[in-house]
Amino acid sequence: MTALPPQTGKTLGLVIDLDTCVGCHACVVACKGWNDQAYGAPLSDSDAYGADPSGTFLNRVHSYEVVPENGPAQHVHFPKSCLHCEDPPCVPVCPTGASYKRAEDGIVLVNEDACIGCGLCAWACPYGAREMDPSAGVMKKCTLCVDRIYNETLPEEDREPACVRTCPASARHFGDLGDPESAVSQLVAARGGIDLMPEQGTRPVNKYLPPRPRDSWSGETDVLAPFLDPVAEDPSGFLGWLDRTLGKL
Amino acid sequence: MHPARSIILFTTLSGLGFGLLVWLGIDPTPPTGWVAFVFFAIAYALALGGLAASSFHLHHRERALKAFSQWRTSWLSREAWGAAASLSVTGLYALLLLFGIAVPPLGWLGAALALATVGATAMIYAQLKTVPRWHHWSTPALFLALALTGGALLSGRVIAASAMLALSGALQLWVWWDGDKRFARSGTTLATATGLGGSGTPRALFPPHTGSNYLLDEMVYVVGRRHARKLRVIALLLMSLLPLGLLQLPHPHLFGLLALVSHATGVLVSRWLFFAEAEHVVGLYYGRR
Repeated sequence: MTALPPQTGKTLGLVIDLDTCVGCHACVVACKGWNDQAYGAPLSDSDAYGADPSGTFLNRVHSYEVVPENGPAQHVHFPKSCLHCEDPPCVPVCPTGASYKRAEDGIVLVNEDACIGCGLCAWACPYGAREMDPSAGVMKKCTLCVDRIYNETLPEEDREPACVRTCPASARHFGDLGDPESAVSQLVAARGGIDLMPEQGTRPVNKYLPPRPRDSWSGETDVLAPFLDPVAEDPSGFLGWLDRTLGKL
Repeated sequence: MHPARSIILFTTLSGLGFGLLVWLGIDPTPPTGWVAFVFFAIAYALALGGLAASSFHLHHRERALKAFSQWRTSWLSREAWGAAASLSVTGLYALLLLFGIAVPPLGWLGAALALATVGATAMIYAQLKTVPRWHHWSTPALFLALALTGGALLSGRVIAASAMLALSGALQLWVWWDGDKRFARSGTTLATATGLGGSGTPRALFPPHTGSNYLLDEMVYVVGRRHARKLRVIALLLMSLLPLGLLQLPHPHLFGLLALVSHATGVLVSRWLFFAEAEHVVGLYYGRR
């Protein structure tokens, strides 16, 4: 049913630390690897070794530059996958009931057997979290590795999403964000975790920890810097004449 | 947004078809016999042809019947119900007209259902907060106005068609003028999308992948936008001004037909722009719109 559950038992999701993410894309590869052989249709690639390769991914790492008012630019790696919103706009638009939000743990899933591949849910998602698989013709999205986190045949330390398990920088954390005592909730509270596009009203479960402020221009100038000051602000000779003449035009 | 040919054809053709069904349904002196047959056959061909075209963008057409199940939440599902209900009711109305029996309440109900179907189609787009240009009451208003305009032209109502041509043309102009400002008005920027606005001005540095992907192909369609201004002029000329002039000439059958062809072509151009000019907020993540 595409009606949303009034509340969910748990509120499972991810916390992504933009301060420690090094942009290695290991989470992208781990996600693609696990979802090639697990839940639902495999994530396909087209023209993988040709001139125009493309593929379906559930997790992608963007890169942004942030220029503070006063300070050097900062480079931020930005992993993005489904945020398992508390009010997911992708679910109610589904005409067939293939998209749903689980009442027990809040995971947003697609029942691929009921998906007609109309693509409306991907239009409704502001985050680009859903991608139509061109070979299976059904909508793919992050399952929060629902087939790992409850899988008792796996060793206990592996019962978390593949992206979290693989992250070498521990920039990804998994847990119950509905429980204020959980490690992830404490982390969000301590670091001032934020919602993406709060104005869209989706109430995302996944939280992002903003990068800590780093360098500033003041107080860190090298001792040799004064020697690098420009010596001649006003050109003289021929260049000076050219400058003055062009200035008069 | 990617202007899929199937969707453009669907919204244009079925808009015309359902528009004609509205005018036939509220006609106090409806055609009967063979004339009724021809009018309803045209309406059905357009509405069903449009619906058939729309199914071409589904990847699993064999499961299309499942789309009737979620009418409580989904406008796409409501559209399916609206189409089925309006075509059934007007079908019964038409069948009785063939034998010369007019049942006005049945016609009114059919007309209301046909309008509701066009409204539901428009709401599929208008409900999307992610596309600020569409997320507005004017989206269903314009879809309904264009359906009624096309229907009036098809049913040969010169005065009604002239009035609707002027009205829908004016509405379309305003929708373009106001639509251009809606993305900025929505307040969604790269800063809110990344949450990085607190420490400075964010800028997309490089994309997550070297090639294209589904998101960019489907929702960040920028090809052809540079001709948007010219296409707007062409669309308005064809869909409103030219047919409005043609309708005032003598020989309503010949010039009425030309007005209809011109209007339908103009609506196709306008519908292409409706998709091609619509910017999805996901483009912000890629530093594009």
